[in-house]
Amino acid sequence: MTQRMAGGVLTPPAARSEVLTKTAKPRVRRRGKAWVAWLFVAPAITAYALFVLLPMGRTVQYSFYEWDGIGASPWVGFDNYVKVFTDPELSGTIVNAFELIVFFSGVPVLLGLAIAATIRRIATSRLAAVARTVLFIPQVIPLVAAGIAWSWLLSGNGLVNQVLSAVGLGGVTRAWLGDFGTALPAVGVIGAWVLLGLCTLLLLAGMSKIDPALYEAARIDGAGPLREFFSITVPSLRQEIGVCVTVTVIAALASFDIVYIATQGGPGNTTMVPGLEIYYQAFVERQVGVASALAVVLVVLVLVCVLPIQRLTKEES
Amino acid sequence: MPRRTSHRGSLAGAALLAAALLAACGGPGGTGVQSTDTGAALTEKPTCGTQPVTLRAYFETGFPLPKALSDEFSKQFPNVKWDIREDQFAVITQNAPRVLADDPPDLMRLPQVSELVKNNLLKNLDGYAGVFGWDKWPASQLEQLRMKPGGGARGEGSLFAMGLNFSVTGVFYNKTLAERVGMTAAPTTLAEFDGVLAKAQQAGVTPITVFNGGATGGLAFPLQNLMAAYGDPKPVNDWIYQKPGATIDTPSNVKAAGHLQGWIKSGYFAKDANAMDYAKMMSEFLAGNGLFMFNGDWESGNLDKKMPGEVGFFPLPAEKGGKVAAMSAPLTFGIGAKAKNADCAAVFLDWVATNETARRIAVEVGGSHPMGAADAKMPAVAQGTVTAETLAAGERISKDNGAMDFIANATGAIYAKSWTPQLQKLFAGEQSPEGLLKAVQSDYQTQVGS
Repeated sequence: MTQRMAGGVLTPPAARSEVLTKTAKPRVRRRGKAWVAWLFVAPAITAYALFVLLPMGRTVQYSFYEWDGIGASPWVGFDNYVKVFTDPELSGTIVNAFELIVFFSGVPVLLGLAIAATIRRIATSRLAAVARTVLFIPQVIPLVAAGIAWSWLLSGNGLVNQVLSAVGLGGVTRAWLGDFGTALPAVGVIGAWVLLGLCTLLLLAGMSKIDPALYEAARIDGAGPLREFFSITVPSLRQEIGVCVTVTVIAALASFDIVYIATQGGPGNTTMVPGLEIYYQAFVERQVGVASALAVVLVVLVLVCVLPIQRLTKEES
Repeated sequence: MPRRTSHRGSLAGAALLAAALLAACGGPGGTGVQSTDTGAALTEKPTCGTQPVTLRAYFETGFPLPKALSDEFSKQFPNVKWDIREDQFAVITQNAPRVLADDPPDLMRLPQVSELVKNNLLKNLDGYAGVFGWDKWPASQLEQLRMKPGGGARGEGSLFAMGLNFSVTGVFYNKTLAERVGMTAAPTTLAEFDGVLAKAQQAGVTPITVFNGGATGGLAFPLQNLMAAYGDPKPVNDWIYQKPGATIDTPSNVKAAGHLQGWIKSGYFAKDANAMDYAKMMSEFLAGNGLFMFNGDWESGNLDKKMPGEVGFFPLPAEKGGKVAAMSAPLTFGIGAKAKNADCAAVFLDWVATNETARRIAVEVGGSHPMGAADAKMPAVAQGTVTAETLAAGERISKDNGAMDFIANATGAIYAKSWTPQLQKLFAGEQSPEGLLKAVQSDYQTQVGS
């Protein structure tokens, strides 16, 4: 399967048949064709190298220097990395990022599963179409606009507090984004709202390819809706759930825009996340070395979290 | 074969990465060579000449003064055209070093100058100061812009920037609300001011509108005014200028922070201050939802337009009355070290302080006191406006020798990374006045040391 696909994409059919017959002479010809293929790929590779690989390499390089972005830069070895792990202000951002995973991944995936299962049951009604659209809207709205709208909703005299007061919960009202205890969860709620639609849609798409015969068989065996959900729906959606968790975990660990708009890391660093801290270190504190080191740590962290998820949810074949 | 292709791909990728790393070896950035620009004395006043000149300028969005001045300048010197780029101040702060290094404008709105001078990015203006006579102005006007070439403490040495005017901060008040709570004249001691706060609270009026959310802790305004009320401004200025051994953690500053904490505990600020930004504070004050607001005279013109005759201003009185001190800083502009039309930009800066029309614009549009000699003619201002009151306050502070730079300007990062989170903690009751000053001092030492 892989061979067919790769051959089909990268080399013309003639070359493929030659590979299969494994004769010595056409091999030389194939090599010539390979160069043509490289020629086609070259623009993409150049762009990739210039705008992805080079900046990544540079980031790694900068992380070993103390540099203000302009002047001289002494080599400091692993000092910047030591600082990332020992300075509570920097390591605290990583802890905050992990807290955000609960909101960015946990809520959208679990709620998304429930919502997708519900929508699938009413798939033919008009309500399903409306629900799909409403849930997906946050994906279409620019995050900055969403962040601003939410900071109004969550402000001291915003809609959230008005509703709470109206139902007699005036005692719990507060400036949600300005309170030390609630700022991070409030940011998490915004993230959950943004990512819920994406997860729901992905899961819905996954559900549509589950063979209906499976449900039919289960129902004949006497399974109820709950049993159906846990024995057929969830296991069949393994890959989709994997994608959802991966995307949302990355969104949580590498979050920047929502936090930047809603709280800018405040109050008192309670919502400071690595992405924002990297920006502050590089552009406000002008500690390009520390910023780069934190960026490298963040990339490694994302990989460490995401690779096991990928492995776990891979379909066994 | 597909396997080999993908191997080759990753090999190529690795090779590219390695090449990128090798090519970039040896550390980024310049060599840190000392500048040779000592601002040598000039024998005659520079001019903009008679040939067409285009001055490249980088201004701050939302503040109409520089644009108004540049338009008037072109009217008087028709050969000078402008190529103006604008950004938010936060963007200018972040980009200043790189813009000045790669693409230096002739005239640029500047954040705190010490890091820029350290990297030799600003033109030494001593030569211009000598030939134009800027060094004969009251010294306090330009003190904040002086530094030894190549770095060191601020406050003395060569001139590296100029002001378009100098602003003053203090307390704005809503006259209608003041009448309602029985405040008939501006308080003359801190205790009197406290009395008005308490009365306002009893009358159901929010005593002070303030902003303290995001990355800009607005409580720094009342805090520094209280520092000036309790102590001498000089040690605070020394700290801001990074003089060796300076500390912000002094007994009088602890008293000031304690007083601020008292206001917080008494509930004199809006409850959601930690979620309010500057714009929100302004809209609350403009809507009449607050008696006092700690702010600067850059809002005078705006307040005169939107609440004509409704707003008053006074510098926060000292603990026992008498001399007042307040944050008062020039609206800082500099010339790039490698600027093409430095001479013409310097002519503009001198013109702003000396030309009668320019001085009038500085007051009418900017709302602040113009730069220049002590005996220079002051533009007339309508009485009863808040602009008239801020100008009078500016003169009083200058007479009392009470001008201070802003504590947020001590280092490039001290505001966003130290004052703001600490003041947010103080507001939330999670930090003590002593702890606040200790934490800021410790961050300061790390930042100044590096």
